Amino acid sequence: MNRLAPPRHSWDVVVVGGGNAALCASICAAEEGARVLVLEGAPKPYRGGNSRHTRNFRCKHEGPLSVLTGTYGEDEYFQDLMLVTKGKTDEDLARFTIRASQECLPWMEAHGVRFQPSLSGTLSLSRTNAFFLGGGKALVNAYYNTAEDLGVTVRYEAQVSHIAVEADRFEHVEVSFSGGPVERISARAVVLASGGFQADREWLVSAWGPAARNFLIRGTPYNRGVVLRDMLDQGCESVGDPTQCHAVAIDGRAPQYDGGIVTRLDCVPFSVVVNRDAERFYDEGEDVWPKRYAIWGRLVAGQPDQVAYAIIDSTSLDLFMPSVFRPVVGQTIEELGEKLGLDPAKLAKTIGGFNAACMPGAFTPTELDGLSTEGIDPPKTNWAQPVTEPPFYGYQLRPGVTFTYLGLKVDKTARVQTPSGVLSNVWAAGEIMAGSILGQGYLAGFGMTIGTVFGRIAGHEAARHALNDQEIADVA
Amino acid sequence: MLLELSQDDSGSTAEARRQIEICNACRYCEGYCSVFPAMTRQKMFSDGDITHLANLCHNCRGCYYACQYTEPHEFALNLPAALAEVRQGSWERLVWPAPFSRLFHTHGVAIAGMLVAGISALFALIAALPEGAGDGFYAHLSHNAMVAVFTPAFLLPLIAVAIGLYQYWRDVGAGPITLRDIRNALASAATLRNLDGGQGQGCNFEREDRYTDLRRWFHQAVLYGFLACFAATAVATLMHYFLDWQAPYGLFTPPKLLGVPGGIALVIGTSGLVWLKMRADPKLGASRVWGGEMAFVLLLGLVAASGLALYAATGTFAVPSLLALHLGSVLALFLLLPYTKMVHGFFRIAALLAEETKRKG
Ligand SMILES: Cc1cc2nc3c(=O)[nH]c(=O)nc-3n(C[C@H](O)[C@H](O)[C@H](O)COP(=O)(O)OP(=O)(O)OC[C@H]3O[C@@H](n4cnc5c(N)ncnc54)[C@H](O)[C@@H]3O)c2cc1C
Ligand code: HEM
Ligand code: SF4
Ligand code: SF4
Repeated sequence: MNRLAPPRHSWDVVVVGGGNAALCASICAAEEGARVLVLEGAPKPYRGGNSRHTRNFRCKHEGPLSVLTGTYGEDEYFQDLMLVTKGKTDEDLARFTIRASQECLPWMEAHGVRFQPSLSGTLSLSRTNAFFLGGGKALVNAYYNTAEDLGVTVRYEAQVSHIAVEADRFEHVEVSFSGGPVERISARAVVLASGGFQADREWLVSAWGPAARNFLIRGTPYNRGVVLRDMLDQGCESVGDPTQCHAVAIDGRAPQYDGGIVTRLDCVPFSVVVNRDAERFYDEGEDVWPKRYAIWGRLVAGQPDQVAYAIIDSTSLDLFMPSVFRPVVGQTIEELGEKLGLDPAKLAKTIGGFNAACMPGAFTPTELDGLSTEGIDPPKTNWAQPVTEPPFYGYQLRPGVTFTYLGLKVDKTARVQTPSGVLSNVWAAGEIMAGSILGQGYLAGFGMTIGTVFGRIAGHEAARHALNDQEIADVA
Repeated sequence: MLLELSQDDSGSTAEARRQIEICNACRYCEGYCSVFPAMTRQKMFSDGDITHLANLCHNCRGCYYACQYTEPHEFALNLPAALAEVRQGSWERLVWPAPFSRLFHTHGVAIAGMLVAGISALFALIAALPEGAGDGFYAHLSHNAMVAVFTPAFLLPLIAVAIGLYQYWRDVGAGPITLRDIRNALASAATLRNLDGGQGQGCNFEREDRYTDLRRWFHQAVLYGFLACFAATAVATLMHYFLDWQAPYGLFTPPKLLGVPGGIALVIGTSGLVWLKMRADPKLGASRVWGGEMAFVLLLGLVAASGLALYAATGTFAVPSLLALHLGSVLALFLLLPYTKMVHGFFRIAALLAEETKRKG
């Protein structure tokens, strides 16, 4: 063998991460004939990152497709995206992703994913989002099985700390297995799919300020952005808003990490929401909940101690999806305030003032009913009904982080970029590069779309590169 | 309106309620079976509601492997096991006398003891009775003696089950039954629809997070095999009394045409279920009754195998012993009907029926 030929590698493609993007990449690379190693930082029961918390992906389609009803065309999809990102998106890449989403669905089915009609309580998504039977963990399981059948090797508790790049070439990863010594594993190509950095609290604090100490992390504690930071430190280009993360208002009693979907609270539109000082601070009835879902994370984050309380009476309890935690109950507003740790007299005054500002009219929970308060600030512009029927219920709200935007900049082939051009054998897929398309805001189901589209591309590209590389080496 | 239901706050019902409230806020598993659509009808769950969901669950385990909250997550979801515990508990509570239920459900050894007692009783009976009063095996045990033993051994347990079912129906608050409900419930049982993973891909019993349909196939071999054997006996009884046509019957007679394939299906089905059970994770079921369940499946297999052997041995010296073995195991199976896994068939039909009545309301 020629002395200058690349060293012989035991792996063609190393994939860093074990969520949706990583698995799509691994499967595609293996189908190209590559020898693939997956390094998943989490132990097996927690494999699959935030992907295991998901429930659907957003899919373009012309006419009914699998469980999807009607048509959801490229332009409508793109408009929806523009709305949430306020224009902060790369149109070319975004449209490319949207177009590619359509062929994802049959590909996913062919690789073990099963879909189900949209879940009860989410009818509004039945046209745009395809739901996974059993949710994201079932999807992740299906992919691990498919990958295993294709001969992919998976190592769990494999924490990658460094991606060694020389000039424009990836050489090896540095990884520690089960907390053991750092080992080097070389390969012809690498796919980075290690998600966002929402579990690194210090990073969140440096981006958001000290308020982030009180945030709850809705997903895995294993996404600490180690690889993202490492690549940025090595001069890779970044995209996406570094100072923001996508946070929603969730039940304040949720666990610090991994509380997932069940901690969401949909009661805000039917509540009076007060802060720690028992004062209202925002129009609870501004719009239908799915549209307001995202802004309440930010609103609560802006309140003292990053906490708020949603107060309802017994007439509203059945208007929203149940939460995983039972509400706090009081026979009087004062008793409820006491139990929630709020000043009872002050809470009673706030609720009393609110009730007095409610006007007669028809209450229609399913649409903007225009039933507004008068004479209070802020007003509640829809669904403003007095809170008078005991027992009264209260939920504590806190910001829960779903998604981070800052990521690696990639091109349409998912190759990682530096100011001096692309790296020759480094690809990125999933949340680690989602900022390339989703600079801010969030569109339900788009995270999985990005991971599937770019995971597949990255897998194919990395495998072809590695196999070519090998042919060259063999000839030499 | 709510929050004031009758609720047992300790034990398996409370644990199941805790988990169900998590599922009801999640609903990701809605597509697997009837339990989830039934669950989403309410927000608070009375003890009767939990009993109902538990008996509706077919232990397909899809919702365990798909769950992002299984241990070591602090929510510690294991819905198949939680519901299995409640289901098991409901049979033990509702079927009189409860101590019998607990004994036999839990202890395979107790079932084996009953089996030995049954076989010994038959040996003793055969030995005590004079030989030659009839043809074939009736030469060893007369028809009248058989009827004298088996009629009460069959009817008394059924009465115990019927009382339990009545209590169950009231507990779960089922509504009035229509013909359509019966048809739907029977169709669900006939295909074990709730064990097919929601899309026909099967359950997650013996291959963890991979789906397979083997459990459903083996179970239906057992179910239809059992029904065929039961029909064989019923037909033979009718032939005996109304046509005066007595055993032994040839191969091309209704009892044999039903009984032989039925017996073979039962042997295949029970062997398959034992094999799967050895591979499945006991922690996803009611693990304390694993032994009792296994003993029951083996007993069922023995009933079938000894019946086939008895037929194969026609006219040989082995007939008296095989007769005692077969009839002894049948006796044990019948007597234990209310107190073993056997009772699940009744409660599951009732649950499917109850669900049909509730679905409409
Ligand atoms: C509660 C919740 C619900 C959501 N619901 C949806 C939804 O319904 N639809 C949707 O589209 N999006 C949803 N999202 C967003 C979605 O989860 C993400 O966009 C998506 O999962 C990202 O996929 P990924 O493969 O890039 O990252 P992940 O799935 O998070 O995978 C990252 C992987 O990298 C591993 N890893 C991290 N660091 C290292 C390291 N140093 N070494 C080795 N491995 C490492 C992790 O263990 C993990 O396996 C939801 C998010 C949350 C929190
Ligand atoms: C009437 C309708 C019936 C239904 C809906 C039904 C349903 C089920 C279900 C869902 C299971 C798996 C879960 C569990 O272990 O509880 C099961 C197990 C089983 N059933 Fe049935 N069943 C029916 C009737 C019968 C009958 C008539 C027999 C045989 C006489 C039978 C024999 C068995 C056996 C042997 C098992 C396996 C137990 C084990 O693996 O431990 N079933 N049944
Ligand atoms: S078993 Fe887990 S994933 Fe399924 S509905 Fe319940 S909580 Fe959700
Ligand atoms: S084990 Fe299967 S049948 Fe039982 S609740 Fe879960 S998904 Fe439904």
